[in-house]
Amino acid sequence: MRVEMKGLTKHFGPTKAVNDFSVALDDGELICLLGPSGCGKSTVLNMLAGILPVTGGQIFFDGEDVTALPPEQRGIGLVFQNYALYPHMTVLGNITFPLEIQNVPKDERIRRATQMAHLMHMEKLLDRKPKQLSGGQQQRVAIARALVKNPRLLLLDEPLSNLDARLRLEMREEIRRIQLKTQVTTIFVTHDQEEAMSISDHIVLMKDGYLQQYDKPQELYNEPDNQFVADFLGNPPINNFPGIAGDGHFIMASGAKFLCPGIQRVPQGRAINLAVRSESFVAQEQAAPQHMAAAVESLYQLGKEEMALLEFGGTSFRAYIAYEIGIKPGQTLHLSLKERGVFFFDAATGDRY
Amino acid sequence: MDKRGKKIAGTMLYVPGVLLMVLGIIYLPITASMSLAVAAALGGAAMTAAGLYLNHSHKTKTLTARTVRYVLLSLGAVIMMFPFYWMLSSAFKTSAEMNLFPPSMAPNNWFDYGNFVVAFETAPFARYFMNSVIVVLSSVVITAFTTILGAFAFSRLKFPGKEILFSLLLSMMMVPFEILVITNYQTIVKIGLSDTLYALVLPFISSIFYTYILRNFFSSIPDGLYWSARVDGCTNWRYLWKIMVPIGRPALMTIILLNAMASWNSFMWPLLVIKRDTNRTLPFGLYSFTTEVGANNELLMAASSVVVMPMILLFFLARKQIVNGVARGGIKG
Repeated sequence: MRVEMKGLTKHFGPTKAVNDFSVALDDGELICLLGPSGCGKSTVLNMLAGILPVTGGQIFFDGEDVTALPPEQRGIGLVFQNYALYPHMTVLGNITFPLEIQNVPKDERIRRATQMAHLMHMEKLLDRKPKQLSGGQQQRVAIARALVKNPRLLLLDEPLSNLDARLRLEMREEIRRIQLKTQVTTIFVTHDQEEAMSISDHIVLMKDGYLQQYDKPQELYNEPDNQFVADFLGNPPINNFPGIAGDGHFIMASGAKFLCPGIQRVPQGRAINLAVRSESFVAQEQAAPQHMAAAVESLYQLGKEEMALLEFGGTSFRAYIAYEIGIKPGQTLHLSLKERGVFFFDAATGDRY
Repeated sequence: MDKRGKKIAGTMLYVPGVLLMVLGIIYLPITASMSLAVAAALGGAAMTAAGLYLNHSHKTKTLTARTVRYVLLSLGAVIMMFPFYWMLSSAFKTSAEMNLFPPSMAPNNWFDYGNFVVAFETAPFARYFMNSVIVVLSSVVITAFTTILGAFAFSRLKFPGKEILFSLLLSMMMVPFEILVITNYQTIVKIGLSDTLYALVLPFISSIFYTYILRNFFSSIPDGLYWSARVDGCTNWRYLWKIMVPIGRPALMTIILLNAMASWNSFMWPLLVIKRDTNRTLPFGLYSFTTEVGANNELLMAASSVVVMPMILLFFLARKQIVNGVARGGIKG
């Protein structure tokens, strides 16, 4: 199902949780709503579910305006962080409950629940109570319960946050597998960028209730629209050098400067942040006007390469350096910048040049 | 003592301890002998505490310490059990045995149930019993129903003035029953229900305190359950009965049991509104019985034994819930 939001807005009293949020999501995809906590991503999800009334704007499912539709008429499946299983019912009881409400005949209910359990690899757990299941198994039940009535849209609110690291990895692959198999359009809320990067077709990145960027995960990383997107994605975080664009040079407050390719895009004299991914530095043999002369502070061995903590013009930064270069702390290292992973952001607005 | 042994010993103590405590509470309105009931209740509480201590303590090490403890506790147990033993044994004594001095510790014939027969012939205990059952059942069922609805509204629904209304209701809990008795009495007389069983039920078909307890329990059920169900098309009504009530069963059972106990032992209110003999409930009937049989204590003890039985049975059937309930609602209720 195609989900579209137009100017979606939600205010809680004076707090503006979601502001003029517009995005059109593609059919049959797994889409992550990503952002730091408190950015309004769960609020968006709850508005899509119909749990929260909107303050302004519209929601369309396959072109149909569902903004005023109550939750039960939207055809959605919902999975919560704490699973929200009915503790007094067995796994089978939990999975069949949505069908029971829709007055589906008992044989049919059991048949469909069993089919669901088969898909989730938990046929043997049908007689158990939620308490007797591990966190991962409980989450599977919750997903099965959400999917059993064949929803048009599956909404997952931080479904992996309560699981330990190992299980989280396993479950996110599981969710991806099921989504690919059922082809149900899925919206997945998370604050974990790695989680979002690894499983989604598209990511909706949010901050302070505003949409920052809607793109494919790799595009988000390669071509961030603004400073926030660049800062939010990537581990180690992107390196930021505050300075001024001038005459083909990038000049820092300390006076340190170098010939910076691509800086011509920025109007001269503008205060900017030069943002460089750690993998976008290349160590050079000798000094040149287009090289940064950085001081090596310390080194971390990563096996095939080294992570160097360096300093340039009063700013510390991290760079991956090929092992063969054989750098030592205290020495000066000449670095050039690759084309990829180097961005210029306006210091005031965060917009990209 | 190994852990298991200690656990068994602890259980052996605190089960009769709680039994005594509860019996003491039940006993209170029934007997004229208030001090005995209070003693039983206090003793039971002490034993319960001791039993719990034994159950959980990891410090009971030396043999002497343990011996002293057990001797003291056993002594306490004997003292606390005695009133009940006395009631039961007296019920089987003849009038002559009752008047012996020094009193005999046991009846001559444990199987002589003559006193029971006489007691039941003298006063319509069967009728009292029926009345009690009718009153307790209706008040418990209706109270449970109103409590469930009230608790749901105050925990789940949104409506204007909810907080104010709830605070107002809670403040009503501060008004003692003795004050409400006057207005309740006038109301019952005005609507012409005095001296009927309705009068015994009507003022007790809802309870702020129980609503408060259940509301707190309902509030602890995560929102996710509600919204999962709503998204699936579940109505509030269905959600309440299919999800909330089954989950809230332990709290609900406690409420029902406490309510049943209170209702069964209710004495002052029936005394006020009931005139006719045929409308009396057991505690009231027993009270009248004492004036009617005069000094025939063996008959009174026989009747008392029977009156106490349903509550003892109830206790054994729902021991766990009552213990939880007394612990939870110990302040009031």
